Amino acid sequence: MGLDFSVVPGWMDTILLGVVWTIAITVSAAALSFVGGILLAVIALYAPWIVRQPFRLFAWLFMGTPLLLQLFLIYFGLIQIGIDLPAFVAGVVGLGLHFAVYNSELIQTAIIAVDTGQMEAARTLGLSRTQALRKVVVPQAVRDVIPPIGNNMIALLKDSALVSVIGVTELTLSAQLAIGRTYRPFEFYLVAAVCYYVINLGMEAVLRRIERRIALSR
Amino acid sequence: MSDAQPFVEIRHARKNYGYIEVLKDISLTVERGQIVAIIGPSGSGKSTLLRAINDLDPLTEGEVLLEGVQVNKTLPHRQYEKHINEMREHIGMVFQHFNLFPHLTVRENVTMAPKLLKGISKAEADALAEEQLAHVGLLDRIDYYPSRLSGGQKQRCAIARALAMKPKLMLFDEATSALDPELVEEVNLVMKKLAEEHMTMIIVTHEMDFAASVCDRVLFMDQGYVVEEGPPEVVFRNPKEARTREFLRKHLGDAT
Amino acid sequence: MLDFDLMLRIYPFFLQAAWVTIQLSILTTILGLICGSLGAAARLSRHGYLRMIGATYVSLFRGTPALIQLFLLYFGGPQVGIQLDAFEAGVIGLGVNIGAYMTETMRGSIIAIDKGQAEAARTLGLSSYQAFRNVVLPQALRLMIRPLGVNINALIKGTALVAAISVVELTYTAQRYIGSTYKPFEMFLLSGLLYMVIIYVVGKGITYLDRKVRLT
Repeated sequence: MGLDFSVVPGWMDTILLGVVWTIAITVSAAALSFVGGILLAVIALYAPWIVRQPFRLFAWLFMGTPLLLQLFLIYFGLIQIGIDLPAFVAGVVGLGLHFAVYNSELIQTAIIAVDTGQMEAARTLGLSRTQALRKVVVPQAVRDVIPPIGNNMIALLKDSALVSVIGVTELTLSAQLAIGRTYRPFEFYLVAAVCYYVINLGMEAVLRRIERRIALSR
Repeated sequence: MSDAQPFVEIRHARKNYGYIEVLKDISLTVERGQIVAIIGPSGSGKSTLLRAINDLDPLTEGEVLLEGVQVNKTLPHRQYEKHINEMREHIGMVFQHFNLFPHLTVRENVTMAPKLLKGISKAEADALAEEQLAHVGLLDRIDYYPSRLSGGQKQRCAIARALAMKPKLMLFDEATSALDPELVEEVNLVMKKLAEEHMTMIIVTHEMDFAASVCDRVLFMDQGYVVEEGPPEVVFRNPKEARTREFLRKHLGDAT
Repeated sequence: MLDFDLMLRIYPFFLQAAWVTIQLSILTTILGLICGSLGAAARLSRHGYLRMIGATYVSLFRGTPALIQLFLLYFGGPQVGIQLDAFEAGVIGLGVNIGAYMTETMRGSIIAIDKGQAEAARTLGLSSYQAFRNVVLPQALRLMIRPLGVNINALIKGTALVAAISVVELTYTAQRYIGSTYKPFEMFLLSGLLYMVIIYVVGKGITYLDRKVRLT
């Protein structure tokens, strides 16, 4: 059968649109996973026992099962209970929650590391526990975990390919659309791989810059 | 080879790390059975010089010879490997941080190299381990792992490990610097015993007392040069150079 | 409420699927360890070109989605003369992918061994290979058990990707029964619990192994 890349240029619009959607879903899910990660971490460490337990169960389920399975659950499960989310939203929620659990693990460790001395110092100044958490402990912890969270976000980019399976027309599904018409899987998956690789390199470069800036600010 | 040939000879040794010169044209000889101490402030190049003798830190320029054979030959990779490994079998080395193999027992630490390189049998290896460990007073720890030894015991084990290869020359790189003060003496005793047996030794040390009592010669190094050398009674009591005097004033506190 | 009757009726299919997931996991682990060892050896090689090959392998396979790699192999393979069934493509695609991550794990464990260890071995007259084989590697192997366990944990969950090329493993089975029964929560629970059992058992094994060989 051989390879023939001459069909590729005609589909570049589709592919580039896919790139845009992949970036959009990555950024949205990253934001959700970041905020969600902080919330989950604070709940896991400071909420009363009865509140903590359901979240622990949730974290346990999400860390022990494949992302793809979780995406199926969210997409079909929500329909089941009468919530018909657009595929894009379901994808963002699935990816975002999945990585929120992983981020939360990192943030918890960082909060514990910051907490002991800093919480005491803030409390002796007269801040309430919540104030001390919001103004002193969490901001420091977040700064400490930005590099590892950045690595999670790079993993998130690559895992965003999975939402093609629930019908989000991002890069992978765009490639599949082109393949459906041209029967050229090798060419288009290779093009998609190159696109992912370039986005990945870009994210790594940004992360390195942020790491440098954090290192300098100390 | 004639007796006139020096046992160890270093000719015009130079070493640079980038633009920084750590050894600046050092030449010296050591006779068979001699015990030489190298002293000097940190960063003076004394450890680098010691590590150049077995080519662990290769020189930028210059030659190291053991019994007239050049140690640091420039050879194609494979030939160099073969050559340097043969040379190193004759040059034992003891490190500041012991570098015992944590996954091996004391016995295995001592016998690994002879087993691999000399193909000795298990019985021979056991006899060798017992002999060497008895020599350093560690026979009762023969089947311990290093993690269960004190610092002094670790260093004695490291000495036994080096001696098991029956080296002609022993290099000591601040062998007692990492030890708690009360453990220094047991290692010094082992080294004194080796001195009495006429082992040729080159010792980088901070311990002026020990250098004065055991060594035949003392070299004072500073900033990549050998500033002064001579018998310990001369270097320690009547140093010629101002830099030596200054260094000794700071470090001699309790030594004679 | 959850439909336990249904779950009881169909769980045998999920057990069968779990067996496929286990087979996939084992074969992928083996291939991953092989690729990881070769990759780490290349990355730590004395030869510049081998180091470059190793670095390129790691960068390409960690820099693109595993799903795309899998599709490229399975759907694109025939165009370049590689004909594999879905299971074979799954094992090879995932194994080579996780191998890139294992390369970094193994390399990290090897370079974490104190330089003094190799130096001490070299001063005794051991060759660089003998020093590596007898001194550095035995210590590095002990050190890499835990991080390799993390890789294997990710790999087990990663086997779900082969559902996308229709290998009938746990996730594919869950998806199929969601389609036919409209009971997504039940199917998620059945397959999810089986994944967690597999991961739990493997995790225990790793912990046991790590404790057993741990120094000090």
